[in-house]
Amino acid sequence: MMTKNLILSVLFHSFMIILTALSLPFMKRNPIELPPIVSVEFIQISDKTNIPFAPKARKTLEKIKKEEERVVSEQAPPSSKKKEKPDRIPLPEEKKEKQQIVKKKQNPEEVELQIKQSSEFEKEELFDPNQIAALIDKSKEKVAETTREDKKLTQSSVKNSFASGLTLTQEDALKAQIFGCWSIPLGLPYDENLLVRIKLKLRPDGTIAKAEIKDHARMNMPGNNFYKVLAESALRAVRLCQPLKVPPTGYEKWKEMDMNFDATEMLKG
Amino acid sequence: MIKKILFSLVLILLFKQQVFAITTIDITRGNLDPLPIAISPLYMSEGSENIKLDNSVNQKNVGEKISEIVEINLKRSGLFNPLNKSAFVQKPDIAHLKPRFEDWRLIKAQVLVTGKILIKEGKLRVEFRLWDVVAAKEILALAFTTVPNNWRRVAHIISDKIYMRLTGESGYFDTRIIYVSESGPKTQRIKKLAIMDQDGANTKYLTLGNELVLTPRFSPTAQLVTYLSYFRNLPRVYLLDIETGIQEVVGDFPGMTFAPRFSPDGKKIIMSFAQNGNSDIYTMDIETRVVEKLTDHPSIDTSPSYSPDGKYICFNSDRSGLQQIYIMRSDGSKVKRISFGKGLYGTPVWSPRGDLIAFTKVSKGRFYIGVMRTDGTGERLLTENFYQEAPSWAPNGRVLIFYRETKSDSEGKGFTAKLWSIDLTGYNEREISTKTDASDPSWSSLLSGN
Repeated sequence: MMTKNLILSVLFHSFMIILTALSLPFMKRNPIELPPIVSVEFIQISDKTNIPFAPKARKTLEKIKKEEERVVSEQAPPSSKKKEKPDRIPLPEEKKEKQQIVKKKQNPEEVELQIKQSSEFEKEELFDPNQIAALIDKSKEKVAETTREDKKLTQSSVKNSFASGLTLTQEDALKAQIFGCWSIPLGLPYDENLLVRIKLKLRPDGTIAKAEIKDHARMNMPGNNFYKVLAESALRAVRLCQPLKVPPTGYEKWKEMDMNFDATEMLKG
Repeated sequence: MIKKILFSLVLILLFKQQVFAITTIDITRGNLDPLPIAISPLYMSEGSENIKLDNSVNQKNVGEKISEIVEINLKRSGLFNPLNKSAFVQKPDIAHLKPRFEDWRLIKAQVLVTGKILIKEGKLRVEFRLWDVVAAKEILALAFTTVPNNWRRVAHIISDKIYMRLTGESGYFDTRIIYVSESGPKTQRIKKLAIMDQDGANTKYLTLGNELVLTPRFSPTAQLVTYLSYFRNLPRVYLLDIETGIQEVVGDFPGMTFAPRFSPDGKKIIMSFAQNGNSDIYTMDIETRVVEKLTDHPSIDTSPSYSPDGKYICFNSDRSGLQQIYIMRSDGSKVKRISFGKGLYGTPVWSPRGDLIAFTKVSKGRFYIGVMRTDGTGERLLTENFYQEAPSWAPNGRVLIFYRETKSDSEGKGFTAKLWSIDLTGYNEREISTKTDASDPSWSSLLSGN
């Protein structure tokens, strides 16, 4: 009886210690500092030997994200049903009076059009006219938040490449393929946060079952025109690339995939 | 009990592994080629009336002409690559109803523009749709109604809408450019004020050429132009109403006034006034005619330009010995030098986006058009030539227009002055064709205010 309890106790304790070691942030190993010039490929190779860090932080991030963001389906209702907006070009001589009419006509329809594309949740959040001021503030905060979040995520994902379902060669092949398909929108300013995260669901043959923007709510927020343009270009890139060059085996490992599109490097360089 | 706890712990661990297992891939590279876009000719709906627009354009080809203008606009922006129409597989009218996206994907189009035209009761109705070919969905649909003679503006407005939807930035196609038209030999140039559409069409002359005119500038809010002309052999700043043609001298100054520009709200004119070899910067309220002196320094202060929020002014001054760029608050306080490079800096212009200041730089006998941040850092020279100056921003702050002169030979021949545009990348440099030689361009704000 005594021995049995002892064994159980030892087992249980060692288990908890392992769990703690894996989870607690202060136990994490700092990633090796690499010189900034080194390319992404290099980082991955050296990291094969690295121990994954901060899994708990990552988990919490995932959780927070799931709560925060309601992912909205990309496939909006058939857009061909959209009514074109009766608009009118003000003629020079009748410009002043006409301009007001144009404004009246245009605004309600534009709002309607966007509502069609968003979920119930967003409808409330985005287009309550009483909250526009609050909304603008919020979108700013959100941008700041996501910037921080993004940085952490990218770092950990690079470090953890061994935990992903693809080998380095496979990952490189896939990257190279997407690089070729992605037309980066050229008009973007390079001082803004230009990172778009996409969640992919793949079929065994590498075609895309579902592709959605992880930060979809930001697409329709005021002041996020550039984000929307970039997000759409990223979606076009993965769709253009179909079927993706995925390994013939291990479907379970890569059937879901995240892609972080970051144009900063290209636009600055 | 213990078993249960252990089991659940194992489950937690397993779940953890699951979270881990999502593959994440960072895409940090892509191609920077212009976006391939297919612009299908707009088709004429049945039941349209016959109408003659001008010599070359009638109801049969107006759709084609509109799509051509859209194509040229987008191509000149350097951000789009309009595809060759001969490769198009679907008829314009069928594509407008529901494009066969697979076919458009075959010719490598990523976006598609379709449209139709209806002329009824003397009105022209133009409808267009923008399709994301890859995502197989419609992303923009608009229709415009106007008098048929306005078809060119419709084409420019469509270009602006497409540009905005695909770049996130407002366009600059439905705009006009005012410039000084030059003709005759170099020693006896006739200079007239001229205005044209941004693409060089619809040129009109605003003055007769009796007096020398220089540096016209558009008002950002109204159909007003301010410029420099000569009155009793003295250069003075003038104000011209484009719609009525009425001109007047700005302010009652006892000497030479020059380098005028509007404030961003269009209510004031800022300019230099020279007296006894010293020039300082003044503003005048257009309505109340109240004059205010902003700088008071024994050096030459000139070329003032407001920031878009109206809070600051950049100008150039030789107070440090050589001509350099300075900024100050709009009340004239806190003057600060921002340019420190070798050479001379002149004609500073604040970008309508507020982030940059464009300038002309002269160094070792060569002329450069460049931009710097408003604190003077990040100087980038976009283009270099024998002689070029006077940059003016497009309303979206991405493109600059300026003029460039070529050298004349010993007999005074071979001299030309032409308008050029360049975008912030410094790669997309293009000549803008004008009917005569041209200098001192100024870009208007968007006419439709979109």
